[in-house]
Amino acid sequence: MIPELGLFALVLAFCLAIIQSFAGLAGAYWRKAEWLALVRPMASGQFVFAALSFGLLTWSFIVNDFSVEYVAFNSNTELPLFYRVAAVWAAHEGSLLLWILTLSVWTLGVAWANKDMPDVFRARILGVMGLINCGFMLFVMATSNPFTRLLPAALEGRDLNPLLQDPALAIHPPILYAGYVGLAVAFSFAVAALIEGKVTSNWARWLRPWTLLAWVFLTVGVALGSWWAYYELGWGGWWFWDPVENASFMPWLMATALIHSLAVTEKRGLFKSWTVLLAISGFSLSLLGTFLVRSGVLISVHAFASDPARGLFILIFLGLCIGIALGLYAWRAPALGSGGGFKVLSRESFLLFNNLMLVVAAGLILIGTLYPLFIDALEMGKISVGPPYFNLVFLIPTLPMVLLLGVGMHSTWKRARWEILWLRLKMPLLIAGTLALGISFAWGRPSILTFVAVFAGVWVILSALSEIRQRQKMGRNFFALPRSIIGMLVAHIGVGLFVLGVTVTSVFSIEKDLALRPGDVVELAGYQIKLESLRNIEGPNFDAVEGVVTIRRDGEVVTTLYPQKRVYRVQTSPMTEAGIDAGWTRDLFVALGDDLGNGSWSLRIQFKPLVRFIWLGALVMAFGGLLSISDPRYRKKRKAEAQAPELAAGAAP
Amino acid sequence: MKKRYQRGIRVALVLAGVGIAVALLLRAFDENILYFYTPVQVVAGEAPDGRRFRLGGLVTLGSIVREPGSLKVSFLVTDNQKTLPVEYEGVLPDLFRDGQGVIAHGTMNDKGIFVADEVLAKHDENYMPPEVAEALEKVHGDEES
Repeated sequence: MIPELGLFALVLAFCLAIIQSFAGLAGAYWRKAEWLALVRPMASGQFVFAALSFGLLTWSFIVNDFSVEYVAFNSNTELPLFYRVAAVWAAHEGSLLLWILTLSVWTLGVAWANKDMPDVFRARILGVMGLINCGFMLFVMATSNPFTRLLPAALEGRDLNPLLQDPALAIHPPILYAGYVGLAVAFSFAVAALIEGKVTSNWARWLRPWTLLAWVFLTVGVALGSWWAYYELGWGGWWFWDPVENASFMPWLMATALIHSLAVTEKRGLFKSWTVLLAISGFSLSLLGTFLVRSGVLISVHAFASDPARGLFILIFLGLCIGIALGLYAWRAPALGSGGGFKVLSRESFLLFNNLMLVVAAGLILIGTLYPLFIDALEMGKISVGPPYFNLVFLIPTLPMVLLLGVGMHSTWKRARWEILWLRLKMPLLIAGTLALGISFAWGRPSILTFVAVFAGVWVILSALSEIRQRQKMGRNFFALPRSIIGMLVAHIGVGLFVLGVTVTSVFSIEKDLALRPGDVVELAGYQIKLESLRNIEGPNFDAVEGVVTIRRDGEVVTTLYPQKRVYRVQTSPMTEAGIDAGWTRDLFVALGDDLGNGSWSLRIQFKPLVRFIWLGALVMAFGGLLSISDPRYRKKRKAEAQAPELAAGAAP
Repeated sequence: MKKRYQRGIRVALVLAGVGIAVALLLRAFDENILYFYTPVQVVAGEAPDGRRFRLGGLVTLGSIVREPGSLKVSFLVTDNQKTLPVEYEGVLPDLFRDGQGVIAHGTMNDKGIFVADEVLAKHDENYMPPEVAEALEKVHGDEES
């Protein structure tokens, strides 16, 4: 009964979403106040029933209702409660339901926040968001119903994939989805603005916190995925340019470009059509990512549920969304107009450069991701594009971008002055240069690229910090700055930490695959690593061989690691659990391979300097984003549109 | 006049950037594209000499031989029609075992052995790399017709 109610709640949510879309779009077109009044209650109702539907599926997992096919395939009575709940989004059907719930939460937010937004405009946004959610609900009902019964009911479930039995991965999908789906808000804002035919500074001011929030979720979600891959996939890599990773990374790049271009649109009334285009493409890439992951066209770790009907549905939906939005764009964008000009040396120029580089990076990654599919579709053979391609096409646009970021932060709008920039930046420049020289020579093997990249990281951090010094010099309190500025500086410090982490880890990591017997000692980056013994242990739902590895430095024990090779009982699949000694400056990573016979085992041992900075940098970026969102300016009411400075220029056709 | 000049610089910069990007892109692309072949195709001489490619198939039952105490391992990869010996030195993925669908990256040496520098087996125990599945199906279809 419960699963049928779950499906029924979903159908109700679908009906309410249809009413919401129609009332929103048609009501705004014909200016019917009574229709417009329907939109917000419908958004709330849609949320209530989507949440009910999701809650009922979760309930089926909690009570181990194996008469539901989806539960039987992804859970087990021995699975701890936490993972039974996380198993709701462990596979295709449930994760789509999560997607729907997430979108209805964002819808609810847009419905009730931004008090000074005109009703007609809000109705249009909610109308578009309703349409998107209709599409996804239709998708679930038609091809991926998670409530389908299994007859006869299974006695025991097939258990959750052991790889997914991990706290970080349990929360990775909801967070990533919150980001993916959050870009639907920007998309809907863009489409609504195109329908109205105008982009105002208020429009940008309303959209900025939503986009920032989506970006924060994306940042944390992608970082969690990377961290998980590092310790759980067992082999110490933190990014593989796997197509599904790319699918989450491209929207992140677009969202990053969008938050920067929105700043220009709000403050200066420029880049209007560009901002709209970014908002459209950001969400389109989210949808494309969903298509790639869900259709099974890709060869990937994540591509579990392949079903041509599903792929076709998403492809059509994707085509409709992008087609309609771009059609509207082609028709309306010329009318958006643009404001005044700016000098080559100005904040606008730096932000434009930032946008160009981010979009170029996203575009090249997109080509590398899609090219194999085209070649395959044309029957020209099966190929894959290797990671070195992606490393290169990512590095070339982003490295100059990060270098210029240090200057851009200190430039003023319209026109910046070299003298002032030089005055502010000469110290950071000097210190960064010295430190970069030091760091790149510290581990030996320096190269120009290493030097430039390390320099870029340190330089961005110092450049952001120099703002504090400037304030002190002028006798003002740093914390009196608007929170959006502090957030911007913090996020850029995060970028610097990330660049440092990536560079140092990539260049100075040491990795060894070895055959060791208990008692053998190897030397790695000044550490003596000894395989003491091997033993069999029993976990709650797995058996394992555990290695005892002691690590010494100059004779003193630093730590003891216990890498494991597990075999999960239900799915009988082997899994590597690495032993990691984490530290601020370096990780030591030991993974157990296979029994090689005659008492020895294969081990992979790695020394990874500054690897933690990668995720730390991402978290600092996200924290900066949250600081920016908390700026009260975004919640202040601005009475009339006429106060927006650029409206005079914007209104002229 | 000045505006036009500035605009010209901007356009030139963008064009130069795009040009450099395209050139690098093409080069990087060419160097990093890996083609996929099955043992049948390799035996028929379709695979390139001296260039890395991806070899896919099933690990022949009972063919995994380890050199005791070292990381060297050799095994046979088959598409149920032709079989190819593969050599690898390193840590194998968790799900590497008899009968499993695998993809190996590497080159052919002059003894007709595929020397792999990377071996992939997917995470799901029932998972079969789509290319391998398709190749096996094709072999099966050819036999019937």
